[in-house]
Amino acid sequence: MTGLRCCASAGCLARGSGALMGVLETAISRGELGDQIQLRPVGCLGPCSQGPLLALDPDGDLYAGVDPQDAETLVAALARRLHQSSDQATPLEWAPARGERLDLRAPFFQRQRRIVLEHCGLIDPTDLEQAIAVGAYGQLERVLQSWSPEQVVTELQRSGLRGRGGAGYPTGLKWATVARMPGARKVVVCNADEGDPGAFMDRAVLEGDPHRVLEGMAIAAYAVGADHGFIYIRAEYELAIERLRLAIEQAVDRGRLGAALFGTGFGFTLELRVGAGAYVCGEETALIASIEGKRGTPRPRPPYPAELGVGGRPTLINNVETFANVAPILREGADWFAAIGTAGSSGTKVFSLTGHVRRGGLVEVPMGTSLATVVLEMGEGSPHGSAVKAVQTGGPSGGCVPADRLDTRLDYESLQSLGTIMGSGGMVVLDQNTDMVALAAYFMAFCREESCGKCVPCRAGTVQLHGLLEKILAGQASQADLDQLETLGAMVMDTSLCGLGQSAPKPMLSTLRYFRGDYLARLGAP
Amino acid sequence: MATASAPFAALEPLLRRHHGRADALIEVLHGAQQCYGHLSDPLLRHVAARLQLPLSRVKGTASFYHLFRFQPPARHRCVVCTGTACQIQGAPALVAAMEEGLGLKLGARRGDGWASLSEVRCLGTCSDAPLVQIDDSIGRQQTVAGLRRWLQELEP
Ligand SMILES: Cc1cc2nc3c(=O)[nH]c(=O)nc-3n(C[C@H](O)[C@H](O)[C@H](O)COP(=O)(O)O)c2cc1C
Ligand code: SF4
Ligand code: FES
Ligand code: FES
Repeated sequence: MTGLRCCASAGCLARGSGALMGVLETAISRGELGDQIQLRPVGCLGPCSQGPLLALDPDGDLYAGVDPQDAETLVAALARRLHQSSDQATPLEWAPARGERLDLRAPFFQRQRRIVLEHCGLIDPTDLEQAIAVGAYGQLERVLQSWSPEQVVTELQRSGLRGRGGAGYPTGLKWATVARMPGARKVVVCNADEGDPGAFMDRAVLEGDPHRVLEGMAIAAYAVGADHGFIYIRAEYELAIERLRLAIEQAVDRGRLGAALFGTGFGFTLELRVGAGAYVCGEETALIASIEGKRGTPRPRPPYPAELGVGGRPTLINNVETFANVAPILREGADWFAAIGTAGSSGTKVFSLTGHVRRGGLVEVPMGTSLATVVLEMGEGSPHGSAVKAVQTGGPSGGCVPADRLDTRLDYESLQSLGTIMGSGGMVVLDQNTDMVALAAYFMAFCREESCGKCVPCRAGTVQLHGLLEKILAGQASQADLDQLETLGAMVMDTSLCGLGQSAPKPMLSTLRYFRGDYLARLGAP
Repeated sequence: MATASAPFAALEPLLRRHHGRADALIEVLHGAQQCYGHLSDPLLRHVAARLQLPLSRVKGTASFYHLFRFQPPARHRCVVCTGTACQIQGAPALVAAMEEGLGLKLGARRGDGWASLSEVRCLGTCSDAPLVQIDDSIGRQQTVAGLRRWLQELEP
């Protein structure tokens, strides 16, 4: 059937896809074509920097920058074709006046492997029936009816899935630990705080395919023996919050969440908790405190959340994308998943590609893909006349990969060996004009402002480090200041209580490692 | 028991939904701010009483989070995105233009409540960097010149 999919994710909505939908809707109903053309709002289609995006089925042609006038002529052309023949293969006599048809053979599309995002951009995220039609909750039903919780945990372990929230902790192992804890009332938490500035992978998943995440959480709950869950989401994500609320409501109504699921004794209830703007709340112990209605300050681990979590109960915490991987792993099998990516990092990773790059947006690639492939081929490099200087991954907890190391593969270990981290998937391209010292100062200011102040190395250290970086920027620093920057940075990393302080010096140390010249050039004082 | 004419009655449904549970404090504060624009002292006292929490705990929690306001919002809320993608594509110049045009430092609010200037760390639509937001409108791929004009048109 002829279908139109219009991106209704935040990026395209900001570029007028709401109005575009309205025009399409009116034109279709005016032409009484409602039975022949299916129009649906969908999640992010990928190349957000070219939005608003429109996909035309059954062929899946993708049009960028389509405006309302184009929409009118498109519906007219579709109507003509429908009147002429019932054959959808008949060429469509239409070309957008303003927008363009995208070449789907471009690396941006060809190099992707969509597993997490397999249904994002295909289904209407506000319509549970469409999600069910492509298999949502099918794996939950299957494991509830024929698998033991242990089998689920084993399958996850065999898949090699690692946490997508940043640290890359083996997911199956974490599930096994929580499953072993005594107590019948455990908790499952989804970390949707996505605080790294410049990262929007989790937002896209939640906006485009929320049921995928809910299903992953319910399966996790069955595997570890939990009966209640929370999704902790940042308040800035208004659309994602709205879609999640609706998704939870629909799932409860249709018996996909709640008591006695699929005629079994297993029940799982879910609550949404909206953050209030504190980056540190993405850290798991701070997140637990925040769910409990307290100040979001981290506490020492152990005890880990697996032992002592929300309300004192054993708690499993995973990231949005981690949960979104669960259903396909169970559907296709652990071996299938383990064969994708590299030996130590299986599966795919979603990245938000932004900054000085021609083609930005949301991409999902197999682990082990090189940075060059993502940035230079898929992203098509920096805009005309400029060259890529470095790529920043991992946000304020990560670092920069210099242009001459772009052959680096995207897996946890390779990135770590370069002094950065995979992080949650923010990937910011920096061109040759980027001031690396200013960038380091920027991230340090971020950590200084977001430090919760509980421990001294982080609270005082980030202030001092930022002061030193500002001094360098002002051309008033000496070699001694630079030395102090490194010593103090190492101290803050080693002695801070939580990940925020422990990684706050990383962006700075990484730019010092690869772009020391930028620093030296600014030393003024003797 | 609060009645319809009681102070802060609009908050009752939310409080009832959470059964007055202390762990719902942040949810309740969100709701309170939404209903009343900001968290005034009497409002915080009311929340504390209804959730049976010490006022210090309620204030301590509220002040920890950036999104809670203790003053009514300014008439014009001017925000610059300083997330990484915006930062490297011109946010600093936009902050400077805002500061100059509004006569306010970043993070400040004019005494008479006419305007406030703040930053946000990523609006989540980085492909349109750099971004600013004034009241309910978003400026995408915002230029400094365009922002200057925009600020001049703000109602006094
Ligand atoms: C300062 C800080 C911020 C964090 N922010 C996030 C976040 O926004 N989202 C997330 O999933 N994990 C975040 N984490 C990591 C979490 O603590 C935790 O490791 C993760 O949610 C576990 O899920 P995973 O194993 O599925 O990755 C953050 C950690 C630190 C130290
Ligand atoms: S390292 Fe920083 S954010 Fe973490 S607990 Fe210490 S002061 Fe708070
Ligand atoms: S938001 Fe529409 S393509 Fe990403
Ligand atoms: S960095 Fe400004 S929108 Fe993401």
